[in-house]
Amino acid sequence: MPEISLNVLDVAENSTRAGASLVTITVDADISSDKLTVIIDDNGCGMTPEQTAQVTDPFFTSRTTRKVGLGVPFFKLAAESTGGSFTITSTPGVGTTVTAVFVLSHIDRMPLGDISATIHTLVVYHPETDFVYRYRYNDSSFTLDTREFRQVLGDVPFDMPEISAYIMDYLNENKQETDGGAVY
Amino acid sequence: MKSLEELRAIRERMQSQVSMRAEDHNHTRVVVGMATCGIASGARPVLTKLSSLVQEKNLTDKISVTQTGCIGLCQYEPIVEVMEPGKQKITYIKMTPEKAEEVLERHLIGGHIVEEYTLSGADIK
Repeated sequence: MPEISLNVLDVAENSTRAGASLVTITVDADISSDKLTVIIDDNGCGMTPEQTAQVTDPFFTSRTTRKVGLGVPFFKLAAESTGGSFTITSTPGVGTTVTAVFVLSHIDRMPLGDISATIHTLVVYHPETDFVYRYRYNDSSFTLDTREFRQVLGDVPFDMPEISAYIMDYLNENKQETDGGAVY
Repeated sequence: MKSLEELRAIRERMQSQVSMRAEDHNHTRVVVGMATCGIASGARPVLTKLSSLVQEKNLTDKISVTQTGCIGLCQYEPIVEVMEPGKQKITYIKMTPEKAEEVLERHLIGGHIVEEYTLSGADIK
């Protein structure tokens, strides 16, 4: 994976597969502490302690199409190779929380990439799941909450061209206002 | 910051079109594989390209672009499957946004399968 945002897309996909009705994604860049924290939190079916322990093993997967599961191991490696940390906690019937901390200035940290495109893809292609996305850059932040969108839209779906374009603009414009167009 | 007021205005305009769309079952389905394998090999720009082209060309009443998990052919990702009603599924492999645009023009609009990009036609020996 060349970008952190692609890891987010991949790992958040697991949350929707776990039947989550709400997935909360936090991206928090703090220059003064030199940390980029990414949290993916869901209320899906969760995992047993045994499964949770195995999930960072690339040769473990619950899927049947292949014998490997690389999404979580990739994310873990990406974080840990910057001197950061990776944790995953889960409770069956309650949900799962994945936390990855990256050291911003580390030479091996991959770029964040197009995080707005990731969130847009998640929101538009998972009409049954609600997403809360919090983006913070130093002291500024913004939040996207699909429950608010849904309240306004009623039965108008997110994948209608005009709505999909609005969501993309919402993400891009608010990110620009929050981080001033910083690339990292 | 972008406001929800704008969304409200869009909704007013959209409301009338929704019922029309829901009744149409003759959609061609275009499915992009978006598991770890697909994402790592570049499926996100392919999906974005396809869905924005379908919107630009006003084809949303005929073609729906969706995503799926691992199709099981990870070495050929990014994979795009085209399912036209009453026809056999066509699997396009090793897609890029450029190739996807070609598939849209030649296959989805023009009606001719782009053989050299399909699983059965591509040179993958």
